[in-house]
Amino acid sequence: MKFTEDHEWLRAEDGVVVVGITEHASSQLGDVVFVELPEIDTKVAKGDEIVVIESVKAASDISAPLDGEVVEVNEAIVDEPGKVNEDPLGDAWFFKMKIDDMSALDDYMDEDAYKDFVG
Amino acid sequence: MPGDAQTDQHGTTEGTLMTDLLRLPLHDLHVELGAKMVPFAGYDMPVQYSAGVMKEHQQTRARAGLFDVSHMGQVVLRGDGYEQVARAMEALVPVNVMGLGENRQRYGFFTNDDGGIEDDLMLANRGDHLFVVVNAACKDDDIALMRAGLGPEISVDVIDDRALLALQGPEAEAVLAGLNSGVCDMRFMDVATLELDGAECWVSRSGYTGEDGFEISVPSEAAEALARRLLDHEAVAPIGLGARDSLRLEAGLCLYGHDIDSSTSPVEAGLTWAIQKVRRSGGARAGGFPGASRILQELEEGASRRRVGLLPQGRAPMREGVELFAADEGGEPVGRITSGSFGPTVGRPVAMGYLPVELAASGTTVFGELRGKRQPVEVAQMPFVPANFKR
Repeated sequence: MKFTEDHEWLRAEDGVVVVGITEHASSQLGDVVFVELPEIDTKVAKGDEIVVIESVKAASDISAPLDGEVVEVNEAIVDEPGKVNEDPLGDAWFFKMKIDDMSALDDYMDEDAYKDFVG
Repeated sequence: MPGDAQTDQHGTTEGTLMTDLLRLPLHDLHVELGAKMVPFAGYDMPVQYSAGVMKEHQQTRARAGLFDVSHMGQVVLRGDGYEQVARAMEALVPVNVMGLGENRQRYGFFTNDDGGIEDDLMLANRGDHLFVVVNAACKDDDIALMRAGLGPEISVDVIDDRALLALQGPEAEAVLAGLNSGVCDMRFMDVATLELDGAECWVSRSGYTGEDGFEISVPSEAAEALARRLLDHEAVAPIGLGARDSLRLEAGLCLYGHDIDSSTSPVEAGLTWAIQKVRRSGGARAGGFPGASRILQELEEGASRRRVGLLPQGRAPMREGVELFAADEGGEPVGRITSGSFGPTVGRPVAMGYLPVELAASGTTVFGELRGKRQPVEVAQMPFVPANFKR
């Protein structure tokens, strides 16, 4: 699993990249009450804000970590946004994207580096 | 980016350095309890504890929550008896202060010459003096206003050696009765001096959550022991500013600087219930407060816009600043949201804001623009959660 400085995690799985947010991010956000996901088949560029996530306190965005195409989204967290707090690294993944070159993942932090990053 | 999501939802003083922040008597207790501290009105304040806003909100509605609101301004006004100070105060607020019974409290607001609201406050008749509680962000201005406006016969003493705690929720009475059964004799908006945990406390049966509860002014040196004693009760948990905001929003209560400010009149804000008959046209002490001409006229004729409750029809919360439109496309904004969030008790987004009176009737559909898309919002009665006061 890889991690971005925006507190997303990325996991290669069956030729696609699964994207979610870290426990650190979910605890910083507080109770998540709303999630808006991108449409399937959307072509995205790295840095595009493609997810809206709102907690009781505040709204924030999640950006596409890589260039690619959204191939699947997790409707379960739209129906039950609280899952993002309960299981951010597991059931509460956000979307899956297809990318041209899986080696782009190598640019991101591994778990130890991410742990150092959040301190 | 989620890690940076702590945006300015609670009137946080932007750009204030941590080192500039004032600390309140219970600071160390908050930290010990796992609070996340944020700057608010120049103070380092607990925005939430480890339970989080949602659970803290529900705890307060279901059982009891303890809030530290020591940042608020506590001021004692004295003259030659209550009547003199009450008469002087009536020159600053459109409230029947003289007719306030002994050991009774009422809500009011300082108005300006344009009929806007400078701050809202609580006023209590404590026998030989008037005790007021004002908002933290406004207290310096309010104190200056009172010193200038009450005249030389009235002394304005800022109480800076007392903390202010709020114990709110359906079990608040039972919990506080364990320290002094005298609280059971109080009804909504009564005030009393009671000994709690060995300290002389100024207690009022009021709050900012829509629940029954008490606000307790306690000497600073006794505050931590009292807070710990209350928190020891299994019905009580500490509650931060985050849940304080969602609780008051569901209760339909205004937040100064957001839902009311120096440009909103009490009539526009739907606060006419706080202007008693004696201060209105035809009353024995009609007018005589700043902005009386506009406010009295609006009381007779109505205002052109009104603060309303709003229920966004989607799942997305609509927050302060969201513009409201009469139609789902085209046209200029007709109003804006002044407070909005997810309401944990109602389980849906709730908001309040201002609309022209012709669009302000309950059941009217307007449209809020969220991330470039207009979504329906229904005008609704407030409070969103029925009040639970002991009348």
